[in-house]
Amino acid sequence: MKITRRGFIRGAAAAGAIGATGFPYIWNKNLSLARAADGEIKVGVLFSLTGTTAIIEESLNKATIMAIEEINAAGGINGMKIVPVIEDPASDPATFAEKARKLVLSDKCVSVFGSYTSASRKAVLPVFEKRDNLYFYPTLYEGRECSKNVIYTGAVPNQQQDEFVPWLVEKFGKKWYLIGSNYIYPKEENNYCKKLLEGLGCEVVAEEYVPLGHSEFSSVVNKFQSLQPNVIFSTVVGDSVVALHRQYKAAGLDPAKMPMASLTTSENEVAAMGGEAAAGHFTSAPYFMVWDSPENHKFVDAYKARWGADKVTHFVSEPSYFQVYLFKQAVAKLAASDITPPNIREAIKGEGMVAPQGKVLIERENLHTWLWPKIGQCKSDGQFEILKQSADWLKPEPYKAYPNMHCTEAGLTES
Amino acid sequence: MEIMSLVVTGLSIASILLLVALGLAIIYGVTGVINLAHGELVMIGAYCAWAMQSFFGLGLLASLPLIFLATALLGWIIDRVVIRHLYDRPLDTILATWGIGVMAQQAVRLLAGGELRYVEMPEAMNHPVSLLGVEIPIFRIFILGLAVALFAFTWYLIFRTTLGLKLRAITQSREIASCFGVNSNRIYGLTFAYGAGLAGLAGAVVSPLKSVAPEMGTTYVVDAFMVVVLGGVESLIGSVASAFIIGQSSSAVAFYANDTIAKALVLLFIVILIRFRPQGLFAAKVRS
Repeated sequence: MKITRRGFIRGAAAAGAIGATGFPYIWNKNLSLARAADGEIKVGVLFSLTGTTAIIEESLNKATIMAIEEINAAGGINGMKIVPVIEDPASDPATFAEKARKLVLSDKCVSVFGSYTSASRKAVLPVFEKRDNLYFYPTLYEGRECSKNVIYTGAVPNQQQDEFVPWLVEKFGKKWYLIGSNYIYPKEENNYCKKLLEGLGCEVVAEEYVPLGHSEFSSVVNKFQSLQPNVIFSTVVGDSVVALHRQYKAAGLDPAKMPMASLTTSENEVAAMGGEAAAGHFTSAPYFMVWDSPENHKFVDAYKARWGADKVTHFVSEPSYFQVYLFKQAVAKLAASDITPPNIREAIKGEGMVAPQGKVLIERENLHTWLWPKIGQCKSDGQFEILKQSADWLKPEPYKAYPNMHCTEAGLTES
Repeated sequence: MEIMSLVVTGLSIASILLLVALGLAIIYGVTGVINLAHGELVMIGAYCAWAMQSFFGLGLLASLPLIFLATALLGWIIDRVVIRHLYDRPLDTILATWGIGVMAQQAVRLLAGGELRYVEMPEAMNHPVSLLGVEIPIFRIFILGLAVALFAFTWYLIFRTTLGLKLRAITQSREIASCFGVNSNRIYGLTFAYGAGLAGLAGAVVSPLKSVAPEMGTTYVVDAFMVVVLGGVESLIGSVASAFIIGQSSSAVAFYANDTIAKALVLLFIVILIRFRPQGLFAAKVRS
């Protein structure tokens, strides 16, 4: 047979027409089959196991897997097993998007648990929005996002700062130094912090951003010494946190007079810098490993038994754990043939449970989570001492720094 | 007062830069090999310090000589196994050393794990002293002293010993030096080992101030190249001068603006300078 140009075009058009009409039907059929078939519910697990953020994302992967194993061991969801499809996006946003596409399209997962950095969440967002699938995101983040395809179980700025900032002002004073890594998260947190400080009549003596991965803090420490702030508000992330704390300590600065107040320093970072360099500084988060509750003791013991006695749990691994249970509760409300991402989203709205940190609940409006902020002070043994827990759980308000914007069930509205 | 503390900050930045760049300058100056694995040698030095501390309970200062020997040996092996065969193909050495760097990173990740590690600062140095009205961490003074001492030793080695004489002869013309009976192969191996040892020392010494991670080398290799390129390759004095200039200017800009701007401005300055003076600030007089 001779291939002519015209014949080729005709053939291609025919194939395209079949593709456009025929395949989606087959796909949909397969989709519903795959979702209910064989008593299995497929979910994606998308945390980096290699690359720069693998250190922390590995622990999120572990917490997620542990929750899935626990649920399956206890009989699964209405008799169906959760089957995790684990992918390694290698700390690279483009790979995140590619793997997310694979999980949603070819593995036909009904939901995906994943991401640590905002960059990777932003990279997968179009995939989930286009296919109307669901992404469970466990990290505290900068807020200012309103997607109906993401369930956010970490804290947003108002949850970490509303109690923390006034407490610090009262205890230490009104002269603040804001330092962060140079990207979106610290800028949005500082944006909100400055609003709070303004309301409290405080002075921001410096607002500074260092490059990501920066490790030479002698100029910064120098400025601490000459400006003498009462509080250093730090949103420095990654290995820079370690360098900052160690150089602060070597310069002989005193946390009792000029503490660093952080939103990002967890048990993990403290282990990397040594308790001595971290001792005396403060962190605000909904969860600390030492939190005294039956649910948390159970979580910590199970985590150590499963992954090793030297492992720590922290304020991102805890949401990674409980969000799987929230997923389970939502799916349990659905009939096997109704297990689709949009139905899970509707079912999870208003769903709550007692997590290791306390009772949490998915807010109907914005799919963020009601949480229990706590203030911890680091001790030299590398653990935190919890000084204060908020009197009540706090509503997630991802747009609190932007009073004319509201995240609602219908989407983002501006007034 | 403020000026004084700026200068001191600049000096301490410069001393770390010099320490990291010295090994690179020597290897490049003598053998012409652009060693992209330099940052990984720094990283391995830092991991050696961590291993000595956590497995043998050895303090940082006591383990420095061992770390120097260990990384020098590693450098020598790299040279004998890989680089030696590429001396006449300088472009290929870039690829080869880069590959070695990637392998080193992954090997460390497999052996020591991916998490951040830390090295204890010697207890006696973990606080500041008041000098000329400025509070300076003792450890920073120690780094400055070590950088100066290593520089002096290297200078002596190159300009006052027979080994150095041979080394300089090879730099001028490898063929003619060989005709006079200098075993250039052996000298190259020793130079690479010495440069690697210096890199390892640098890594060990900065580890208590910074974090220790498999990827840490990447930033150091960039800093080291900035110093070497600005100072002029093959010029030891040039490296000192350029470390000093970069340190002081970053310190000043970082104080009046911030570190992000400092980094950008310093890079911009180097790019402009190289446009007009490709050989760097101090070009050694070499017959080409």
